[in-house]
Amino acid sequence: MIAESKGVMICAELVVNGGLAAISMELLGVGRNLADNLGEELSVLLMGSEIGPSLSLEAIACGADRVYVADNPLLSLYNSDVYTEVAAKVCRQVKPSIMLLGQTDMGRDIAPRLAARIGGGLAMDCIDLSIDHETGLMLQTRPVFGGNARAVMVTPTARPQMATIRPKTMPPIGRDETRQGDVVSVEASMEESVIKTEIIEIVQEEVTGVKLEEADIIVTGGRGIGSAEGFEIIRELSQVLGGAVGATRAACDEGMAPAPIQVGQTGKIVSPNLYIAIALSGAVQHLAGCSGSKHIVAINTDPEAYIFKVAEFGIIGNYKEVLPPLIEKCRELLAQ
Amino acid sequence: MNIIVCIKQVPDPEIPPARFQIDPEGKKVLPPEGVAPVISVFDERAVEVALRLKDKHQAKVTVITIGPPAAKKAVRYALSMGADTGIHVQQDMVEEPDSFESAHILARAIEKAGEYSLILCGRQAADWDAGQVGSIIAENLGIPVLTVARKVDLIDGKWRVESVIQDGYRIMQTPMPALVTVSSEIGLPRLPTGIGIIKATKAKIIEWSLNDIGADLSGIRRSEILKLYIPVREAKCHIVEADTVPEAAQKLALRLREVKII
Repeated sequence: MIAESKGVMICAELVVNGGLAAISMELLGVGRNLADNLGEELSVLLMGSEIGPSLSLEAIACGADRVYVADNPLLSLYNSDVYTEVAAKVCRQVKPSIMLLGQTDMGRDIAPRLAARIGGGLAMDCIDLSIDHETGLMLQTRPVFGGNARAVMVTPTARPQMATIRPKTMPPIGRDETRQGDVVSVEASMEESVIKTEIIEIVQEEVTGVKLEEADIIVTGGRGIGSAEGFEIIRELSQVLGGAVGATRAACDEGMAPAPIQVGQTGKIVSPNLYIAIALSGAVQHLAGCSGSKHIVAINTDPEAYIFKVAEFGIIGNYKEVLPPLIEKCRELLAQ
Repeated sequence: MNIIVCIKQVPDPEIPPARFQIDPEGKKVLPPEGVAPVISVFDERAVEVALRLKDKHQAKVTVITIGPPAAKKAVRYALSMGADTGIHVQQDMVEEPDSFESAHILARAIEKAGEYSLILCGRQAADWDAGQVGSIIAENLGIPVLTVARKVDLIDGKWRVESVIQDGYRIMQTPMPALVTVSSEIGLPRLPTGIGIIKATKAKIIEWSLNDIGADLSGIRRSEILKLYIPVREAKCHIVEADTVPEAAQKLALRLREVKII
């Protein structure tokens, strides 16, 4: 198994209008890095319907040596059964040594099914991937125990070595139009009997403003906000900064904020550039959702609050007094 | 109708971070003293889904766990919520099973438990956060799997599942039997009742060994942990101070601008 497997493959994701999703660029970035370290090829699996040639060229410009295109009308809408089947078929044919997916709705869903089917070993939600120069194995670093600890894992003998990567934790590489690569069309047909699950409807819930997972700046309120009205000023700060609003589980449970904006182990896991934590103490399960943030700012009345231990900047004070002047100053600075 | 719920006992994730300790040599997490382990949050919600279906459609709910003898507590908790039968698969390996080993053991136990229409799992366990076991069980058993459910219903003999996605949810339908992994969006789990607690205390939990269920783990394991560590938080918090709160707030905005964070 080990001897036969070669190369790094990433499973790309497309956005609704047909372009490559941001996670695909991140996968290409880390994939390129791993492939270069191994001196092997980086390939991309593109699954969809009526995939134009521009996507393959884009993938090559962003780091791919080879693009496998699986084009089938059945792939026009994401269906776990169909995507798992096609990805498994391509993996059996190409036999990559490493297979990477995004920790996204799709990657999270098909990665374990794919691993089970093709005999791979899998680490989910990795925040770092590298090659161990002694063994040539992929080192998979992932947060465990709600982000309290990190584990470095390996897949010693099973192939491919599979991982999903947490969005926004691995940088894309620079685009290079002169990069060369091959485009290979792969067979993507299947017996209809493999499709057991039927998609009835996709319901888009209205999100006002910036999406949490995509936001560069997130302003989050905790139990200390005290009421749904209190969240108004949180929203105002997020708007001024062009960011999104988050809430802790306690704030959601007490009805101050809607459940879909909950950040934490049982809510959304985010990695923005700036995370402003307001009136929240920093419970383990909450930090699990935001510890990947580049910069954390804490505003809390309690100087002993744990959040100050993880924050870079802090103000000890009541949010009701801190936020109005902070909003005003930010508005002024950003207008310049 | 039989519904099976796979549950896991984990260290309480609500402990303050300062009390979280590991044994880096043994690559293990040390259980905090005086804090009882709990049923993993998503698994507790999976039990809740099973009980809601039982309330509506009549079903027998069986919970299965793998682990040391103490893990039976999680089974008793699920019984006190209203589950009918508890199964404990004794697992005394030196190392914790990886996702493939856990899924292998659970799939064998599920097969031994008999016919089923639905298997429920939490979307991931609140300890290792692997998020793989449910899907692997389904692949091993050759049944459909729907992940990260916020609602599970039975309509015209098929499972109707709402699955959480980034901007909303997808409504899907799949035939019986199927496996569904449950997310926290399902809503709060019920608390045990007094009668439930009495019943659970008296209940006989079925005990199986790996041999009893025909689980042979040779060659199943696919992952190894090389290193376990607590990340060093480099952040040294710079507390912005001034004579008045508004001045401090303005100073903070300026500082963030200076270092180009905003």
